Order: sequence, then C-alpha cells, then structure tokens
Amino acid sequence: MAVEGASDGVKFQVEGLNFYYGDSRALADVALTIPERRITALIGPSGCGKSTFLRCLNRMNETIPGTRIEGRVLLDREDIYDPEIDVVELRRRVGMVFQKPNPFPQSVFDNVAFGPRVLGLTGNRRGLADLVEQSLRQAALWEEVHDRLSGDALSLSLGEQQRLCIARVLAVEPDVILMDEPCSALDPIATLKIEELMRTLCATYTIVIVTHNMQQAARASDRTAMMMLTDGRAGTVIEIGETQAIFTRPQDPRTEAYITGRYG
Amino acid sequence: MSSAKQVARARATLDRELQAIEDSLLRMGDMVDSAIDRSLKALAERDAVLAQKVVDDDAEVNRIRFDIEEACLALMATQQPAASDLRTVVAAMSVVVDMERMADHAAGIGRTVIRMGDEPLLKPLIDMPRMAALCREMLHESLKAFIARDAEAAKAIARRDEEIDGLYNQIFRELLTFMIEDPRTTTRALYLLFSAHNLERIGDRITNIAERVVFMTSGVMRELNPEPSDASQLQ
Repeated sequence: MAVEGASDGVKFQVEGLNFYYGDSRALADVALTIPERRITALIGPSGCGKSTFLRCLNRMNETIPGTRIEGRVLLDREDIYDPEIDVVELRRRVGMVFQKPNPFPQSVFDNVAFGPRVLGLTGNRRGLADLVEQSLRQAALWEEVHDRLSGDALSLSLGEQQRLCIARVLAVEPDVILMDEPCSALDPIATLKIEELMRTLCATYTIVIVTHNMQQAARASDRTAMMMLTDGRAGTVIEIGETQAIFTRPQDPRTEAYITGRYG
Repeated sequence: MSSAKQVARARATLDRELQAIEDSLLRMGDMVDSAIDRSLKALAERDAVLAQKVVDDDAEVNRIRFDIEEACLALMATQQPAASDLRTVVAAMSVVVDMERMADHAAGIGRTVIRMGDEPLLKPLIDMPRMAALCREMLHESLKAFIARDAEAAKAIARRDEEIDGLYNQIFRELLTFMIEDPRTTTRALYLLFSAHNLERIGDRITNIAERVVFMTSGVMRELNPEPSDASQLQ
C-alpha cells in the first residue's frame, strides 16, 4: 500500500501493525486504509483480532498492562503512536461505542454533557444545553427523550441506551466513531435504527464497525475488511474491498469460505 | 475454528436446498431436451398428435420454472446466501427463464407442424435434425458445466453456437432459393424457416446458460458471443 502522499479522503492508514499481549502476538502485519466518511466493517471468526485492531485505532489497548505495538497508525497522516500525541485529545477525535450499552448511572442529560464538561468544550449553561440537544438529535434520540432529559439513563430501553452512548460520543465532536459490535445486545428493530443512524452519521463522521453479523456488514457498511488468524495464531487482514464486491465475489477463498459458512 | 462436522451441520439446510434446485434444473433440462427431440420428430414424421403433445407439455415446463424460481426466492429469504452461493441461486433463476423459452421454441415448432396439415415437406430434412442434435447436446453440456461449475466448458459450448448459426444460414439460403425460383413454394418454405429459426433461438438461449455458468464461477457478467448471431443473417 502507498505510504507517502496518501490521497485525500484517507482517514486512517495502517502499516505493518503488530500487537502483542505480553509475549503473545495478537495482530500480525495488519495493513489497510480506512477512507474518510465511509463505513468500514471488520468481519472474521471469533478471536481473530477484530476488536483488538479496533482498539489500536484510538490507543484503547494501552489501558491493558503488558501490551506492545509495532508499526504505524496514521490518522490524517499523523502517527497516533507518536510520543507527542495527546491521548485524551486522540480519544476525543476517535470515539468508541461498545457492545453493551454502558450509560453512566446519571440522567440522560448528564450522560451526554459528561464529555463536554470534562473537556470544557462549552463555556456556559446555554451552550451546553444546545450541544446536548444537537448530539441527541444527531443520534436520532431527541424525539424520544426530550421530555425526560433529567430521567435516569438506565431506564431507557437498550436500543435507546445505545443511541445515548452514540450521542455521548458525538457530544465531544469526534472525527471517527469506532463501534465494537454495537447491536449484539439489541433486537432487530433497535438494530436497524442503529444501522440507519450509522448511514446518516457517515455523512459527517468516519465509522469503523466490528460485527459478527455478516448480514449487518453486508447491509450497513461501504467497505468490508476480512480478518483471520494466520498460522502463527495472530490476526491479520486477508482481504478488504467494497462491501458489495466482498459479498458477491470475494477474491480470497478464505473470505468465500467464511461468508458462505464453510469456515469459522 | 469449528470442526468440519459442525460447519457441515451449519450449512446443511442451505446445501440441501441448493441441491434440490440443481436437481430440479436437471429435471427441467430433461423436459426441454425431450420437447426439442419430439418437436423435430413430429416435423420429420408429420405427426400432428405428437406436435400437439409438445405444445400441451409446455405447461409442465412453465410450472417447473415457477417452482424453481420460488425455491430460489425462499432460499434467498431464509438462508441469506452470499458469494458463490448467492451467484448460484441468481444464475439458476436466470437459467430457468432461458430453458422455459427454449421449450416455447420447441412448442413453436409443434404449432408449425399442426399448421402444415397435410402439405408435404418442401424438401427432405437434413440440416435441421443436425441443428436439433447440436442443441440437445449443447443443452446437456451446459447443464453439466453448471453443476460442475466449469467455466471453461461453458465457454467452449458458447463457441459452438456458431455451428448452429452456420446451419441456420445454410437453411435460410437454400429456402430462399426455393422461394425465388418458385414463389408458390413460399408458404411451405416459411414453415421450414420458422422451425429452423426456433432452433437457432434455442442455440442463443444455450449461450445465455453458458454465460451464467461463467458468472457463477467468476462473478463476472459478460457476453460470450458479443456479435448478435441473427443480426448478420437478416441483413
């Protein structure tokens, strides 16, 4: 893959990425490009390093002791593993939504306002309220919760809680949203709402989603990266391309085997 | 990774349904083959009863076509096939349409035989039985290539459509000569020309099947015989 002069429209450029938990290598020579303002899905069998890779994109893995990384992860052509990088700022720019909705045990409003308050994004109360409303609207949740902003976030349905978590990410004005199996705890309707929301959000944000649900990757993403364990039991990307091509005529026989249910 | 056994079980329903679709395709192929065979026999032997049977049996071919299309739809709705599985189902849906039209062409020959009544054949049938034999052989080979996912065999079959076109051109020129020499033969010449034209169209449908086999194996949709075979003849 081209290193220098990455063309406009590239959000992440990952080169020769190796990741270790202690002595054990979890990712081997991962190289791929994630385009800006598109939805990239990561698929592959359990334990192939999809989530580990996702967490390399905002240095979340560093919160686990004994981990080590080699290679480069360029965000807007800047190496996020450069010692000069402000990790808090990085995680503001690259937000994350997790498998299980994890709102704080606070009000709906305070959940969304949490990030902006900590980061001091808005100076006054009015500005904060506006930001919370805007984030909830963007997360397609405003209509459902505008009359119970002071209510307990945990009283929302799971689907609403997940959209609240997305609103919480949006409130700190990120560039990228990482989603780690965001729908696995949700029913089909709540799942479709999230997918619809992703489609709207990708006009503004770059989205990377890990999913076990291949139909979800096929439905909701623009590009799909297929990950698999290599012989050394470490995960790597074996094929990446337009989602439509991956699901109709994959080039790698291992991708073919996985998406037709012959493997994994 | 799951064991091979677990994987086999996970795909068991999908594999069973795909197999059923392939079996039905072969059964339909036999019906079409028999329609072509009997339509030519009816023409050669001037057997209006047999010709009527070919026309009547076309309804059976239509029925199996719809059955296969429904099975494909159900499989897509319930199994969400992807990649080569998806291409197989989509190819099958296209192949049944081609085979159904082939049976229509055989029925067309049957109708011509009925219309001819007692009028004697204008000339002995020589090239037309050869065309029919080629069609039947190529149909058989194309379905074999479908089942075997053999793109090379499919391409070879498509190339043989030229032989059918060559025979058709020969028949066309010969009948034209008859009509020019003695315009009173026109009706009887046209009966034969219609029949030959039906066979020529059957050849084109077989090329379509070959194209679907190539698509199924490679994911690439392209025409195998880009030159429309009958455009040149009509000029």
